[in-house]
Amino acid sequence: MRKAKALLFEMGRPGRQGYSLPSNDVPEKSLEELLPKKMLRQEPLELPELSEVEVIRHYTELSTRNFGVDTGFYPLGSCTMKYNPKVNEDVAALPGFALMHPCQPEETVQGALELYYNMEQHLKELTGMDRFTMQPSAGAHGELTGLMVIQAYHRNRGDHDRNKVLIPVTAHGTNPATVTMAGYEVIQIPADERGNVDLEALKEVVDETTSALMLTNPSTLGLFEEEIVEMAKVVHDAGALLYYDGANLNAIMGYARPGDMGFDVVHLNIHKTLSTPHGGGGPGSGPVGVKERLIPYLPVPLVDKKEDRFYFDYDLPDSIGKVQSFYGNFGVVVKAYNYVCMMGGAGLKQVSTDAVLNSNYLASLLQKTYFIPYDRIRKHEFVVSAKPEKKKGAGAGDIAKALLDRGFHPPTVYFPLIVDEALMTEPNDTESKETLDDYARAMEEIARDIEEDAEKVAAGPYHTVGGRLDEVRAARSPVLRWQKE
Amino acid sequence: MGGNHYLPLTDEDRREMLKVIGVDSIDDLFSDIPAEVRLKRDLDLPPAMSELEAVKHLNSLAAKNKHLNSCTSFMGAGVYDHFIPSVIKHITGRSEFYTSYTPYQPEISQGILQAIFEYQTMICQLTGMDVANASMYDGGTAVAEGAVMGCGATRRSKALVSKSVSPFYRAVLKNYFNSRGLELEEIPIKEGFTDFSKLEEMIDDQVASVILQQPNFFGLVEDLDGVADLVHNHKAALVMSVDPLSLPVLKAPADYGADIVVGEGQALGVPPSFGGPLLGIMAARSKFVRQLPGRIAGETVDSEGNRGFVLTLQTREQHIRREKASSNICSNEALVALAAAVYMASMGPQGMREVAEQCAQKAAYAFEKITALDGFEAAFKGHNFKEFAVKVPGKPEDLNQKLLQKDILGGVDIAPFYPELEQTMLFAVTEKRTREEIDTLVRELEGWK
Ligand SMILES: Cc1ncc(COP(=O)(O)O)c(C=O)c1O
Repeated sequence: MRKAKALLFEMGRPGRQGYSLPSNDVPEKSLEELLPKKMLRQEPLELPELSEVEVIRHYTELSTRNFGVDTGFYPLGSCTMKYNPKVNEDVAALPGFALMHPCQPEETVQGALELYYNMEQHLKELTGMDRFTMQPSAGAHGELTGLMVIQAYHRNRGDHDRNKVLIPVTAHGTNPATVTMAGYEVIQIPADERGNVDLEALKEVVDETTSALMLTNPSTLGLFEEEIVEMAKVVHDAGALLYYDGANLNAIMGYARPGDMGFDVVHLNIHKTLSTPHGGGGPGSGPVGVKERLIPYLPVPLVDKKEDRFYFDYDLPDSIGKVQSFYGNFGVVVKAYNYVCMMGGAGLKQVSTDAVLNSNYLASLLQKTYFIPYDRIRKHEFVVSAKPEKKKGAGAGDIAKALLDRGFHPPTVYFPLIVDEALMTEPNDTESKETLDDYARAMEEIARDIEEDAEKVAAGPYHTVGGRLDEVRAARSPVLRWQKE
Repeated sequence: MGGNHYLPLTDEDRREMLKVIGVDSIDDLFSDIPAEVRLKRDLDLPPAMSELEAVKHLNSLAAKNKHLNSCTSFMGAGVYDHFIPSVIKHITGRSEFYTSYTPYQPEISQGILQAIFEYQTMICQLTGMDVANASMYDGGTAVAEGAVMGCGATRRSKALVSKSVSPFYRAVLKNYFNSRGLELEEIPIKEGFTDFSKLEEMIDDQVASVILQQPNFFGLVEDLDGVADLVHNHKAALVMSVDPLSLPVLKAPADYGADIVVGEGQALGVPPSFGGPLLGIMAARSKFVRQLPGRIAGETVDSEGNRGFVLTLQTREQHIRREKASSNICSNEALVALAAAVYMASMGPQGMREVAEQCAQKAAYAFEKITALDGFEAAFKGHNFKEFAVKVPGKPEDLNQKLLQKDILGGVDIAPFYPELEQTMLFAVTEKRTREEIDTLVRELEGWK
């Protein structure tokens, strides 16, 4: 029998307590003495009153209702749900990192600055870019930072008419959303029959009003843009810049670098490529790297070194300013730095080798049963189209639910948009061959089940803690918080 | 070697897999990368470290930093040294939470979805707002997005921000507005407070958002009665940035008439981590719900009629609406929001009130002692919560140097942000500070010339 879990607000008793604090040792003054009454809270705060045991049991039970990489295979395409090494968590929690205040004097944060400095050198080498800022807090934040830098570059050259950003149809949703946030207009470019950006279409739209082309390479189809060199030339010849969405860097580390492909700005998702955990939705970190001519526009401060001393450099008169209150998600960068230290150059190349090998292997297995458009060598992910299954009565979303019943996290569904009934599958470098074989068998089983009784598949899942959730109802009559009866 | 143990494939596996794929070598898998952009050398990174070596290296870097355990801190300016109950790391350390991602598949993500729903509820209880989202990156980006929301809701393109709002937040705000082509003006301050007579002159029917902070950057509690009326008379939105840990004792933003509430949530059980990851709080009245950025968890039922939770109102979001989305935010700070939720659940209404009261009392004690010293005087007259600005008899940098010798992290020098406020420092005093620590600080200040 499935059962809902009680909310915090339905638990506890008035007067119950889950904390201890030292008693106040300064001369007591009542709040009314310290602050005018009209500035004080009018109604007492309503929050649950729970003992520590209740809090722990509540969240422990919630955790059992959640699926993470540590629970099982998580081939959520584009998100690079690889294993998150435990030791990374330990080092990031060291008091010498986790308990630093961002306004501490420079000489008290030398280790942190050294880490940022080293990490920047590593990221430069990994990507072929000339400088990095760690300030952006996630990939999308990096995109916005990157477009701001590009905008500042054009503006500073007196080039004020570039009001469009080109985006391929396969682009992740954050790309067009970022373009709007940076005040630009989105121009969408179609894909050709091989899944590449349609070069002819690109040539037609790129002109003196183009600010940049944003590109994910390999694309969200898991395909390397074979004409990247020509594309870069076309874009640069028009005076526009090339932006690299680094969400898929896990496919090409040590094999190719965006900086060598002609990209002027890149962001990395270090919560993907460099193994830091996704935290149920975050925090991430989205460092942005640029080529020489764009360095002056990076956010302040940069981290530099003079002799043996590391320091924050605020002396960037053309800088766009700041995109986060301080220096970015330092705690996440610490984890990624530890990962890079442990992998080394050859190790990171092996990561990409295995990510790509796993992806092509799993695609080969699934191809026997499923339709995978764009039949060519893939990079770290591939997209199954469940269009034939949909015709039989169970589509991508239903296959996803059937995978839940078999203990797998499903692929990303219904994205990218140009593939009907998409199941975007990214197996990652940290999965064994046995896991992939098991997954392929499960997918074959599901295909058979659809053949036999598609309706039954479409009514799943059957073995999860909750049954299929009514998303339409949630959106139609939104209940976004608990309220006292 | 190094982290190769994170890669389970053996050479034998690789050979078998290549055969299944139908290619001869690994190189064939990369043949789609044009030769001219292929990296023809090895990556030049330091040799791989074993786990033991890496831990040693990271420890040696951490050892070069001072921190809130090795020093007594009076630093604030948006990030504070509050007590963090132990339970928090045990919950956020459960890998079913921290190794999961955005709950796109609700049937196996009820844990994080329910935790977010509860977090949203508690943020609403604190602020008096109707809805809250699952988090923004930090206080600065929350302020910026809150101001942009006001523009979206009113279809106007101008905001007014008080100079008493944190300069860290205003820097981010300025950037967001500049890039998007929106107009931003600063409301001057008068003796530490927003000059509301200036606001009255500046506001007109072009203004979308008015952004204020409570307590303001100087730790002062502003008198905001009547401000909402002024803002609403012009059909603009009042955006309030708050310290959530002040709300157990200070008047709720809803009671001031705020429309959108933003802020930095680090005070709620989150380690400062050198300024990130932090927690951007975002809440609003229900009429703004379509403009809210980011993830929102909502209640629904499952196929058996049981209560359950899903991500909802997704038609606001980038993965559905693309260039028409309310924001580009995708990954957020969900795990930090979980930490804040565990904090609020553990402390409860009583604990949070006690923390807030102790902050106010200890700050008042420190303020009185420090401003009684020769050469030290209150920068402003008013009521403070847990932070206050003091004019000091010399260079703040030198004073902090001296304090550092005693392992004290002194105040934040605010002259870089307010050139007119020379030799002025911002001291924060939380519930963690003891009378003895405060007295020690005062003694050190006393001897300083
Ligand atoms: C291709 C691509 N670009 C950008 C992003 C946005 O990254 P983040 O979620 O870190 O903001 C994602 C993440 O899902 C992605 O897959």
